[in-house]
Amino acid sequence: MRSKRTTQIVVLLVTLGVLAWGVTVGLERLAAPEAQTITAPPAPVQSTAHITATLFYAAANGTTLLPLRREVPLAGGVVAQGRQILTAQLAAAPDGQRSVIPAGTQLRAFYVTERGDAFVDLSPEVTTGHPGGTLNELLTVYALVNAVTANLPAVQRVQLLVDGKEVDTIAGHVDIRRPLARDTTLVAEP
Amino acid sequence: MLLVLVGGSIAWHPGGHPSSLLYAQGAPPTAPLMLVTREGRRAIPTTMVSGQELIALDDVASLFQVVLREDALAGGITLTYRGRTIVASADQPMASVNGRVVTLPSPVVRSGRRWLVPVEFLTRALAPIYDQRIELRRPQRLLLVGDVRVPRVTARIDSPGPPTHATVDITPAATVTAASEGARVILRIDADALDLSLPAAGGGLIEQMRAGDQPNTISIVLTGTAGTPRLAQSTADGATHLTIDVPSNALPAAPPADTTAAPRPPAPPDASLLTPRTGFQTVVIDPGHGGDDLGAKGAGGLQEKALTLDIARRLRGLLESRMGVRVVLTREDDRDVPLDARAAIANSSKANLFLSIHVNASSASSVAGAEVYHLKLDREGEDARRQAEADAVTLPVLGGGTRRLDVIRWDLAQARHVTESQRLATLIAEELGKHVPMSPRGVQQAPLRVLEGADTPAALIEMLYVSNAAQEKAAGTEEFKAALAQSLYDAVARFRGFTEDQAVR
Repeated sequence: MRSKRTTQIVVLLVTLGVLAWGVTVGLERLAAPEAQTITAPPAPVQSTAHITATLFYAAANGTTLLPLRREVPLAGGVVAQGRQILTAQLAAAPDGQRSVIPAGTQLRAFYVTERGDAFVDLSPEVTTGHPGGTLNELLTVYALVNAVTANLPAVQRVQLLVDGKEVDTIAGHVDIRRPLARDTTLVAEP
Repeated sequence: MLLVLVGGSIAWHPGGHPSSLLYAQGAPPTAPLMLVTREGRRAIPTTMVSGQELIALDDVASLFQVVLREDALAGGITLTYRGRTIVASADQPMASVNGRVVTLPSPVVRSGRRWLVPVEFLTRALAPIYDQRIELRRPQRLLLVGDVRVPRVTARIDSPGPPTHATVDITPAATVTAASEGARVILRIDADALDLSLPAAGGGLIEQMRAGDQPNTISIVLTGTAGTPRLAQSTADGATHLTIDVPSNALPAAPPADTTAAPRPPAPPDASLLTPRTGFQTVVIDPGHGGDDLGAKGAGGLQEKALTLDIARRLRGLLESRMGVRVVLTREDDRDVPLDARAAIANSSKANLFLSIHVNASSASSVAGAEVYHLKLDREGEDARRQAEADAVTLPVLGGGTRRLDVIRWDLAQARHVTESQRLATLIAEELGKHVPMSPRGVQQAPLRVLEGADTPAALIEMLYVSNAAQEKAAGTEEFKAALAQSLYDAVARFRGFTEDQAVR
C-alpha cells in the first residue's frame, strides 16, 4: 500500500517534470524563432542552390534579343538575387551566344526602391566600349531592363546609371534618364 | 553655328618685366582675328600695341602644335615644329627660320613670362616651315590655315529703282543657293568662310546687305514695301555673278471704273530662285554624333559622324535650292553637340520638321538596310501628353479671336506631335525604299533622347548598317550618298504637301 502510494507520487513528479520541461522548451521556441534562423548556417545552402533565370543575348538574326534559361546562384532577398542575375547577365555569353553588353562592364551597385523601381549602376565600360547604333543600344538597354524585370516580379521598372550617375544615354540614342519598363517587342520568339 | 571665342585679350602679368607696363596697356583689336580651318572657325586672341597687332607665342603653340623652349640666359625663344625651328630674340624685329633670317614689322616682345610677336610672324616665320598654307587677310580679319575655301565676295547696289538692282560677285566661282526668310534673302555660298566686301548702306528696297548668321552666308534685308526678289546666277572667267532684282510689292489699286491705266504686270515667277513663302518654312537637320563622339564605326574605317554630316549637307543643298526653305544644321562641322541642344536648335529655329540622321550597327554582319524611328512615349510621356491637352489655355488675342496655348514640359515637347511624327516616319521609309536597301524592321518606335525635346514632327533615320561590309562600301560611293539625300528630300516634299493639305482643311 505504502509502496503503491510512493509509486503514484513518483509518477506524478515525473509527469510534472516532463510537463515543466515541455512548457519551458515550447516557450523558448515561441519566443526566439528568429534566433534559430540566424544560427542556421546559410553558406552551404547558397553555394549549392540555384534558380533558373531568363537572361538575354543577341539572337542569330542580329536584330532581336534571345531569351535563354540559365542557372544563377540562389540568394536571399530581392536585392541579393538581383545582383546575382545581373552579374550573370554581364558575364561573358555562353558558348555559341553573343552578349549585347560591352565586355568588361561591371555591376557597381544594385538597389530597389519601395515603389518597385530598381537602380542598376554600371561601370563606364558600358558606354566607352559600346559599338554604337540605335539598334545595338536598344538591345543593350533592354537586355538589362528585361533581365531584371523578367526574373524579379517585385521590380516594375529599371533605371540604368553609369559610374554612379544618371546619364542621358549609353551611346547617344536611347533615353535612360527615367526608369524603363520591360519591353518584349525586341525579344525573339523562343 | 557656334563660334568659340577664346577671350578678347591676353592675360597680362604686369610688373614681371620692366617693359611689361608699356605692353600691359595694349588694347583688344576692334574686331577679333578669325582663324578659319576646315574644322571650323574661332576667334583668336590678339592685342593692339602702338598700332601693331601682337599674338602670344603660347597661343601660337597651342593653335599650331608648335613646341616652345625659352633660353633665359640668351634672352631668346625657340619654336620647334616637326624638326624645323624658328629662333627669336626679345626686342629684335626679326627671326631665324631654319637658319634664314626673316624680318618682322615690329620687335618680338617679352612681357613677364609671355612672349608676343607681331601677327605677321605667322606668315613670314611660321608659314615657311608649316605643313599647311597659312594666309593672313588683315583687312578682312581672317587667318586662313590649310585648304580652306574663302572666296572674295563683293556686293553692291547698282540702282535703287524700284526695281532695286544689286549684284554679288564671287571669286573664285562657287555654288550659291538662296532662301527667303521673312523679309530677308539668305545667300548661302559653298565655302568655309567669306571674304566680304559689302556696301556700307542699303539703297532702294534693300535695307541692308550684311554677313549672315553662318560664316558662309550673306543676309539681304528688304524693306517692308519690297516684293518677291528675282535672282539670276551666271559663271564666267572663274567668277560667279549674281544679279538681284527687287520689285516693289505695291499692289495694283482696285482699278476705278473711270481709268484705263493698265495695272502693273505681276512679276514673272519663272526667273526666281526663290519660292513664295508657305506655312512650311524651316527644316532642321541633325547630323548625329560629332567631335569625340564618333558614333558607329565600320571595319573599313567609316565613321558615323562623318557620313551623317555629309548627307545633312547634301540634303540642305537640295532643300534650299529646290524647295526654297530655310535649313538649319544642328552642327556645321565636326563637333559634339549635346542631345538637348540639338532639339533646342529645332525649337528656337521654329522648325516645321526635325530630321536626325544616323548610321546603325549590329553584332550580326548580315543585318543591312535603312530604318526610320519615331518617338515611343513611356508612361511619363503619355501622362505629359494628356496633361498638356488638359492644361491648354485659350487666350484672347488682339483684334478678336482666341489663341490656344499648349503647356508641356520642355523635355517632352515631342509628345504633342506623335501622330504627325509617325506619318513622317512612314513617308521617309517609303521614299528611302525607292532608292536604297531597307531593313525588314522598316519603321520603328523607340524612346530616343534627341527626339523627345523637339516641339515639331520629328524622325530619326538610320541610313544603313555600317557593320555590314557591303553597306559600308556602298556608303563611300557618290551614287549611294546622292540616293540617300534625294530620298530624304522627296520625303520632306511629301510631308510638306501633307501638312499644307492639313492646314487648308
